[in-house]
Amino acid sequence: MEQSGEHLIPVERATVWRSLNDPVVLARCISGCQSMEQLADDRFAATVKARVGPVRATFEVALTLTDIHPPESYVLQVEVKGKAAGFGKGLAEVALAEAEDGTTLLRYSVAGRVGGKLAQIGARLIDSAARKMADDFFSALHEALDPAADRQQSANPS
Amino acid sequence: MSTETGIGAAVKRREDLRFITGRGNYTDDLNVPGQTCGVFLRSPYARAKIGAIDATDALQVEGALAVFTGRDTATDGLGDLPCGWLVKSKDGSDMAAAPHPPLAVSQVNYVGEPYGLVVAESLAAAREAAELVAADFEELTPVVATAEAAEASPIHEGLKDNLAYDWELGDEAATDSALATAAHVTRLDLTNNRLIPNAMEPRAALATFDPASGNYELRTTSQNPHLERLVLSAFVRIAPEHKLRVVAPDVGGGFGSKIFVYAEETVVTWAAAKVGRPIKWTAERSEAFLADAHGRDHVTHAELGLDGAGRFTALKARTTANLGAYLSTFGSAVPTYLYGTLLAGQYKTPNIHVQTHGVYTNTAPVDAYRGAGRPEATFVVERIVEAAARETGRDPVELRRLNMIEPDDFPYETPVALVYDTGNYQASLDKALHLADYAGFKQRRAASETRGKRRGIGFSCYIEACGLAPSQLAIQLGAGVGLYESGEVRVNPTGSVTVFTGSHSHGQGHETTFAQVVSDKLGVPFDDVEVVHGDTGRVEFGLGTYGSRSLAVGGSALISASEKIIAKGTRIAAHMMQTEPTNVAFEEGAFISGNQRLTLQEVAFASYVPADYPPDLEPGLSEKAFYDPENFTYPAGAHIAEVEVDEATGVVQLVNFVAVDDFGHIINPMIVDGQVHGGLAQGAGQALLEHGIYDANGQLTTGSYMDYCMPRADDVPDFVVDTTVTPCTHNPLGVKGCGEAGAIGSPAAIINAVTDALGTEDIAMPATPEQVWRKLSGL
Repeated sequence: MEQSGEHLIPVERATVWRSLNDPVVLARCISGCQSMEQLADDRFAATVKARVGPVRATFEVALTLTDIHPPESYVLQVEVKGKAAGFGKGLAEVALAEAEDGTTLLRYSVAGRVGGKLAQIGARLIDSAARKMADDFFSALHEALDPAADRQQSANPS
Repeated sequence: MSTETGIGAAVKRREDLRFITGRGNYTDDLNVPGQTCGVFLRSPYARAKIGAIDATDALQVEGALAVFTGRDTATDGLGDLPCGWLVKSKDGSDMAAAPHPPLAVSQVNYVGEPYGLVVAESLAAAREAAELVAADFEELTPVVATAEAAEASPIHEGLKDNLAYDWELGDEAATDSALATAAHVTRLDLTNNRLIPNAMEPRAALATFDPASGNYELRTTSQNPHLERLVLSAFVRIAPEHKLRVVAPDVGGGFGSKIFVYAEETVVTWAAAKVGRPIKWTAERSEAFLADAHGRDHVTHAELGLDGAGRFTALKARTTANLGAYLSTFGSAVPTYLYGTLLAGQYKTPNIHVQTHGVYTNTAPVDAYRGAGRPEATFVVERIVEAAARETGRDPVELRRLNMIEPDDFPYETPVALVYDTGNYQASLDKALHLADYAGFKQRRAASETRGKRRGIGFSCYIEACGLAPSQLAIQLGAGVGLYESGEVRVNPTGSVTVFTGSHSHGQGHETTFAQVVSDKLGVPFDDVEVVHGDTGRVEFGLGTYGSRSLAVGGSALISASEKIIAKGTRIAAHMMQTEPTNVAFEEGAFISGNQRLTLQEVAFASYVPADYPPDLEPGLSEKAFYDPENFTYPAGAHIAEVEVDEATGVVQLVNFVAVDDFGHIINPMIVDGQVHGGLAQGAGQALLEHGIYDANGQLTTGSYMDYCMPRADDVPDFVVDTTVTPCTHNPLGVKGCGEAGAIGSPAAIINAVTDALGTEDIAMPATPEQVWRKLSGL
């Protein structure tokens, strides 16, 4: 499984960088995230409820940051364990570039593989599931950081 | 004897009434008091060291009773699962057999390999508890690809490489020299795709242990319950045979995959005594994909030499056979003795040499699947013969005819260790050509072209060897069991007949066919004959059903037992008629001497109520026989496939299929047609649709019906099936066996038709639309 993408986030790079290292923000942005704990500066542990096609499980996720170059880039090692549902392993390269008007261009590329039931039943669904999780993550991040979104939220508290 | 139910009659299958009205008794239908449920813990990794396994949380689940791991079975002294055929390498050394513990102990070697069993009060509780077992694995680099496995680092500790054996058959020097001087040599690289069996009923087991008697009872989906009992007693050492009863009740299809002794029923039987409760396990379809033994998976380079006139001078095959992570029960024999010996096909090729490298990989074990070695051999022979015809500009039919063994040549000894007893290959081919309207093919091809379709025709003149035999020879070649079959014919006091056979029916219709045989032989009504099978508690012994052996071997045992009944009955009747046995004839169910006549029923009654009875004879009328064939039987035939390939989409439509088979005498033509239809559908599945694929990490990516494509009704045409008859010369029924022929002959015929349509030899099975479209597009 390999995929990549980019998102323009309408805040400055330092803010984006801080958010990408903040367990509270991360927990908010990962859909199905039930807990997120920072174990060390560069290590997080999360519990995520997710679904890939017919495979539905609570996954234990271990995140390790390497090759950290603040505020430009890091590499995220991801290990996912779903017991009977199988496992996943991946590397995500995340790079932040300053863009026009104080915005930030986030580029990422992910290479990963799955095993067990995820591979057996979900192989042809895994790409679309991963794409959806990434899209959800970045739109949630966008929303979390976008001052316009904030204003809208405070204006329409419903 | 009534021709409506005797030999040759298309009697409707008596077992079908219960099957189609939902009254079958399959293993999962059976329930016993106190029954618990088992769920297996299976490796998500293709290759990994097993670390700590923590079942603390699992055992907190309400209803959870026990969690067993490989450490428990090992500590308790449970033996490994054995491979039943010791193949020797060409240097004389024994095959390198990796230990195969029922539950993985220190390392898992394929995705789906069981490493633990969870037992609970309900299936839901067992599943929930299984979710909570925490196992640590240290992932290792797996070996997956068949062709590269031999060179890769060994997957099993203690073995020097992944080569289980380097086997050969035939004269290599003579073959090489004939190839070197041949006028033409055709070379072909072939892959025989991995198949996943997919019987309609998944495997299941229900094991009980009675502490009062110390008796175990295992009801399971087995094609050969006596072999199961033998292995569980002698090798796994669960209990001696007299304390272990194995019952294979109604079984919904096997195709070979239920011959083998698997980990699951083994562990469930052992665990039933540990928890002191019966345990049931039924495989989910997902488990079946991962853990049933797979089939085929060969990579072969073949060379066929021809002289200037087109006569075959030599055939050489170099095959790598993927055996999977462990040697399954008969996995070693399939790509050797069931494959190499068939490479003469129907032809008088004077020099043949075959070499098979059996390799270990981190994939599910591979073993016999409908045809078992013979489809692979037929694919090599019939693909390369077709290619040779095209390369040398000869008609593929004429090239075959030129090289065929003639009716006068029998018995014919091949260069690869078989003696064909009888056959008439030309007769089957002629009939098939007529039924397929070969003469009209060119017009049909032209008509297809006007519709944007490319039409192709392909031939396959296959031979197979059924009813593996004789025992003594097979045991010399490494077989761990005999190859006879047992039968018992019990004439009850009032004249009805109970027949006990060591063959097992799991869809073949033995309850009907065997009743036809015995009722015909003894002249008793068909409805008065009952066939009992699949129960070590009722049937003395048996070697089960595989290799299309049931009628040729098991049926012959029933003939032998029936002849003993007639012999004893003759002595009783002679005494009753006050004459000598030599004066008594047995005809149509009656003993006749002059104008005196006693029915078998009357004689049976006299044998159980011996008022007027020979003083030197034991009462009763029940006889047993073991039949050990003197040779294989050799069904053979001609299959012709016609396909249309859609140029725009690459879709291959199998538009016509003709199979003319010589199965010797036929007991029930309707059942034979059904067997052929089923085999052809499976062959079409292999040729066009089915492919078991592991990714580079050893994950099975075709692990469900979303990705593993089974043939459906609209994938196959109305098959045209017919027969020719040359009776087998060495069994009393003159029968050969029909169970596998359809799956053996058809893949080569279909791929020959596809390659004919496309004008390239480079098409691998399955010929999927994507592959064909790429070929058409020059990609």
